[in-house]
Amino acid sequence: MAKPKVGYTRRSLLASGAAVMGASAFPAPMLWAQDTKNITLRQFGTGVSNLNEVAQKVKEDLGITLEMTALDSDSVTQRAATQPDSFDIADIEYWICKKVWPTGNLQAMDVSRIKRYDQIVGIFRSGKLTPESEIAQGTAPHTVGFVEGPESTSFADSETGWMTLIPTIYNADTLGIRPDLIGRPISKWSELLNPEFKGKASILDISSIGIMDMAMVVESMGEYTYPDKGNMTREEIDMTIGIFTEAKKNGQFRAFWKTFDESVNLMASGEVVIQSMWSPAITAVKSRGIPCVYQPLEEGYRSWGGGIGLSKSLSGMELDAAYDYINWYLDGWVGGFLMRQGYYSAVPETSKDYMSENEWGYWFEGKEAVEPIANPFGDVMAQPGEIRDGGSFYDRMGAVACWNAVMDENQYMVRKWNEFIAA
Amino acid sequence: MTRNLVGWLQAAPLALVLLCFLAAPIAMIVSVSFWGATEYSIYPAFQFDNYEFLLGSEVTRRVFFATFRYAAITWALTLLIGFTVAYFLAFHIRSQTWQIALFLVCTIPFWTSNIIRMISWIPFLGRNGIANSALMDWGVIDAPLEWLLYSDFSVILAFVHLYTLFMVVPIFNTMMRIDKSLIEAAYDAGATGWQTLWHVIVPLTKPGIMIGTIFVVTLVMGDFITVRFMSGSQRANVGRLISNDIGLLQYPSAAATAVVLLCTVLIVIAILLRFVNIRKEL
Repeated sequence: MAKPKVGYTRRSLLASGAAVMGASAFPAPMLWAQDTKNITLRQFGTGVSNLNEVAQKVKEDLGITLEMTALDSDSVTQRAATQPDSFDIADIEYWICKKVWPTGNLQAMDVSRIKRYDQIVGIFRSGKLTPESEIAQGTAPHTVGFVEGPESTSFADSETGWMTLIPTIYNADTLGIRPDLIGRPISKWSELLNPEFKGKASILDISSIGIMDMAMVVESMGEYTYPDKGNMTREEIDMTIGIFTEAKKNGQFRAFWKTFDESVNLMASGEVVIQSMWSPAITAVKSRGIPCVYQPLEEGYRSWGGGIGLSKSLSGMELDAAYDYINWYLDGWVGGFLMRQGYYSAVPETSKDYMSENEWGYWFEGKEAVEPIANPFGDVMAQPGEIRDGGSFYDRMGAVACWNAVMDENQYMVRKWNEFIAA
Repeated sequence: MTRNLVGWLQAAPLALVLLCFLAAPIAMIVSVSFWGATEYSIYPAFQFDNYEFLLGSEVTRRVFFATFRYAAITWALTLLIGFTVAYFLAFHIRSQTWQIALFLVCTIPFWTSNIIRMISWIPFLGRNGIANSALMDWGVIDAPLEWLLYSDFSVILAFVHLYTLFMVVPIFNTMMRIDKSLIEAAYDAGATGWQTLWHVIVPLTKPGIMIGTIFVVTLVMGDFITVRFMSGSQRANVGRLISNDIGLLQYPSAAATAVVLLCTVLIVIAILLRFVNIRKEL
C-alpha cells in the first residue's frame, strides 16, 4: 500500500519543533490554517459507485473525509451541469461527460500525477482492450477521455496527457432472462421482440441507453446495420424507434422501467421474462431465490463506464488531496470491492491483492468457483462449480459492441423517444 | 382614508404571499417557456420554438386527449361513488355521531401516503397477484387477466381510489346543509324517490359537485406519478411530458408544456363555473 503524500514533506518539516520556529518566518499562513487530515471532499454520482464503504476506507487510509451523495443519472447530469460549486469530485458516466464537459465545470487532470496511469486498461486510453481488438461504437470512453490542455473544452482524439475522467467502474450489459419461465436457450438480442414473449418483455425508459438496446435488437433482427449505432442519423432514429413503436402497439411490452427497483420487481414477480437489465439487479432477483440469468448474446454487449472528474474550483491542498484520492482509488482496494460485485476496475491487476484466488478466478478469469462466492456485503452470489455469465474479463469486455452514447441528434432522439413512450 | 389604509393593510399579507408564491413563479415559467435550450444549458431568448414544436406535434394532441380521457372517466366514476357515499351518509344515517364516525372512516386510507396506496395495487393486480390467483382458484378464469395491471384500467382504478374522497367531502358538506323540510315537502307533493333526488337534491348539491369536480379534474390532469407507475410507463399524460423534459434538462420546453396545461385547466374550470355561481351558493 503506497503512502499518500499530500504536501507531506512540508508537513513533516512543520511538525518538527525547529521547523515550526523557522516557519514563522515564512509567509505561509495556509499551511498553518489547514491540515490535510481535516480535508473534506464532496463527491456525488450514481448509486453504483458512491458507496459509504469507500468513504470509510479512504478516511482510514488517507484521513480524507469524503462526503458522498448518490443520485440518479438525470440528477447527476443536472447537478454537474448547473451547480459547479456544490461538489469537488463528480463521479459521472462517460456519456454524461459529453454533456457536462462543455459547460466548463470540470478541470482536466494531469496524467503525470496519476501513478498508475500506464496500468489503466486500454479501452480508456486507446479504445482498444488488447492491441488487436476493435473499437466499439457509441460514446467509447477514450473519445471523451482526453482534452488538448487544462483549459480546453473540446475532446482530443488520442492520449494527450490531460484526462477528463479517471475510469472507476464499468461493465458489459446484456439482457436479463427468467430461464424457468422461458425454458429454452436465448442467444440473440432479437429475442426481445420475439412474439413468443408478447406482453412479457420490457426495456428501460432512459433514452440514451434504451436507444442502444434498440439498435442491438434491430441489427440482430437483420433489419439494418448501422454505420455507427452511437451516432444515428434522423432517418435511422425514426426507423429504430418505429420498429419498437410497432412492437409496442402490438402489445409486446409489459412495462418500461426507469429505476433499479422497478426492473427487479418486474422480473421477480414474473410480469416480465426478458428485459434489458443491470447486473446488480440480476443479483437482487437471484437473492430472492428466483432464477435469473444475465444472458450473454451473440451480438455482444452494450457497455458503460463511469469515472471521477474534478471540479473546476478545486485548487491548492484540496486538489492535492483529490489526486491522492484518485491514486488511492487505483491502488486496488476499491477495485477489489467493485469487482466482487461483478463490475470492473480501471486497473484490474491491483484488485488481485484484495481478492482471494477463488474470487479472482471467478470474477476476472472466468473460472469455475471452488468455494461459494460472496459479494462485499456477504450475500452469496454463486455456488462452487458455477462460472460467471459471459466468462472472463477479456471475453466479456472484448465482446463489447457499443457504448452508451450521446448522439449529435440527441435532442431529436429524445423527442422521438417521448413519442415512443406516448404511443 | 384610514379605513381605506386599514383595508389595504389587512389584505397585504395574503396579497404578498400570493405574489411571491403564485404570481411570481407563474410569471417565471411563462418567460422561461420562450427561452431556448441546448444539451446542457438554457439561454434567454424570445422565440416560439417550444410552442411551435408542442402545438405542431401529433403526440401532443394524443397526449392531451389521453389526459382529458383520464380526467373524464375518473370524474364520472368518482362522482358516482362520491355522490352515493355522501347521500348515504347525509340522508340514511340518522344520528349525527354515526355520521361523523362513518365520515372519519372514509378518511382512514388517507393516513397513508398517496404513493404507498397507489403502489400497493401493483402486487394485488399483477399477473401472479392476489386478484388473479383468487379468480383462478374460484374457477372464474383459466389464465391470468393481463389487463388488470399496466393498463388504462389500473391507471383509472388508482385515480378513483386516490381521489374519490375529494368528491365525497364537498358533496357531503352541501348535502348536510339542505333543509330536510324541502324533502318532506317533495314527498308530500307526491314526488317519487327518484323525482326528489333529481329535482330537489341534485340541484341543491350542485355547488358541492362543482367543487369536487374542480378538485378531481385538476388533480388528475396534473398527476404524472400515478400514470407512470400504474401503466408501467406505457401510457403518458401531459404531466409525464413535463417530467420527461425536466429529467432531460429541457426546462424551456417543460415550461411551455406547463403553460399550455395551465391554460387548459383554467379553461376547464371557467367552463365549470358557468354552470354554477359558487360564490352565491357558498
